[in-house]
Amino acid sequence: MRAATVVRGALWVVFGLFFLFPLYAMADFSTRNLIAGGRTGQAWANLVTDQALYQAIVVSLLLAVFTVAAMLVLLVPTMIWVRLRAPWARGPVEFLCLLPLTIPALVIVVGLRNVYLWVTYLLGDSALTLTFVYVVVVLPFAYRALDAALAAIDLQTLSEAARSLGAGWTATIVRVVVPNIWSGILSAAFISIAVVLGEYTIASLSGYETLQVQIVLIGKSDGPTSVAASLATLLFGFALLLLLSLVTRGRRRARTLAPGVTV
Amino acid sequence: MPGAARRVREALPLLPFLTVVVIFLLIPTVTVIVSSVYADGVFSLDRIAALFTGTALSALADSVLLSGATALLGAVFGAVLAWLIVSSPPTSMVRRAVLSLCSVLAQFGGVALAFAFLATVGLNGVLTLWMQQLFGWNLAASGWLYSLSGLILVYTYFQIPLMVIVFIPALEGLREQWREAAVSLGASTWAYWREVAIPLLTPALLGSALLLFANAFAAYATAAALVSQGSPILPLLIRASLVSEVVLGQEGFAYALALEMIVVVAVVMLAYNLLVRRSARWLS
Repeated sequence: MRAATVVRGALWVVFGLFFLFPLYAMADFSTRNLIAGGRTGQAWANLVTDQALYQAIVVSLLLAVFTVAAMLVLLVPTMIWVRLRAPWARGPVEFLCLLPLTIPALVIVVGLRNVYLWVTYLLGDSALTLTFVYVVVVLPFAYRALDAALAAIDLQTLSEAARSLGAGWTATIVRVVVPNIWSGILSAAFISIAVVLGEYTIASLSGYETLQVQIVLIGKSDGPTSVAASLATLLFGFALLLLLSLVTRGRRRARTLAPGVTV
Repeated sequence: MPGAARRVREALPLLPFLTVVVIFLLIPTVTVIVSSVYADGVFSLDRIAALFTGTALSALADSVLLSGATALLGAVFGAVLAWLIVSSPPTSMVRRAVLSLCSVLAQFGGVALAFAFLATVGLNGVLTLWMQQLFGWNLAASGWLYSLSGLILVYTYFQIPLMVIVFIPALEGLREQWREAAVSLGASTWAYWREVAIPLLTPALLGSALLLFANAFAAYATAAALVSQGSPILPLLIRASLVSEVVLGQEGFAYALALEMIVVVAVVMLAYNLLVRRSARWLS
């Protein structure tokens, strides 16, 4: 038994080193003063003082907010409706929601040119138009989180009770169902934020300057600043997901996050 | 026909969702498929044929090599790490932190992971400088980080965490009673793993490896941030043909390359789903 303990300890150390050392290296690298030696916080200060980078951070945060809002408005009523009134559509809706797992973002962006000619013609040429594509990209994650939450409540009874007391569909959804699937909505929102803040493929190939695109651009001339911004996004994502696991408790989070497992 | 009218009334609230999915997911996909065989409105297999020429074939081969190698490494080490996590106390903060870190690295890393390794084993990387001072070795020599071997290292860094996330539910599906039953019938721990646990886990293990393969095959951000020149793998070749349409001597080649990616990923995901269904029979 003792040998097993030693092996386990050794494995933890090896995995710990492999995963944590690059993160430590990022912290070290981003605070190194390349010219005078010693330490400097310049790279981290650049996150707010560098105009282009700061703008990109703002754009990415706005995109995250818009994507979460659009995703919730689009998905929550649809999923509730499908469960209550159109069960025949459940299979197809699930299929469509999980489809982005099979169609890579790179493929979407290759086929998107014609669609975007129309989008920019109708809505103007703004990075915020990426919201539409991002809603599609976050669908699988959001669907799983919301589906798990909806499965855990007695939707039929809740909505019939609300409707029989005179609530319309909007009031039923907003005031009765939503408060009951709050943890699922929170999961879907957090995961979507993390996805949008980390998205590079679609933004860069459509030529919009989001946070990740800017990080790569800056990396060509100013390594430490890029590394600082990269570490900041990783830490932010980590904090977001850790917070989520504390809020939702239980083991469901690991399951809803796993691609393809809850088929 | 009242039935049809009811169907329409039921389907109407689904319209906004369907509209977005059709415009931003289905139309792009169909565009890729159609455009790879239609050039200027004329049916032609030229673009498909170009997939079987030197550059495209070697990019495909390298992509398969990269995805295969990192799927294998990720599956083996990820399964070990998943077992380490599952067999530690489930309530601990450490476990939550490890799982959150795994999710971040596996699914949202992208560009950041490229910079993590530039900061570690790049030209001025922390480990590079240490090694230089301590032993006089130059870790960053020959720019291997920007080649296929560098990509294998960086991809493994997100494949292992993905394996952990996908594989933990299967490990948790192993019931304690099965081990007790085996042990009470006289099995040793090793015999339990060999005769019960590993056969049960095999479909999940293979399925996860396939998912890892598809994940690496379709990944773009990390490679794009790391490799700015040249296009050793399929996603980067797609970038090259998107950014400059004449680089490969043929317009619209990106469509055919994207189609190739859809086909490979779809076949792998199909096999994955079959395996998952098989493993769900016991472990759910």
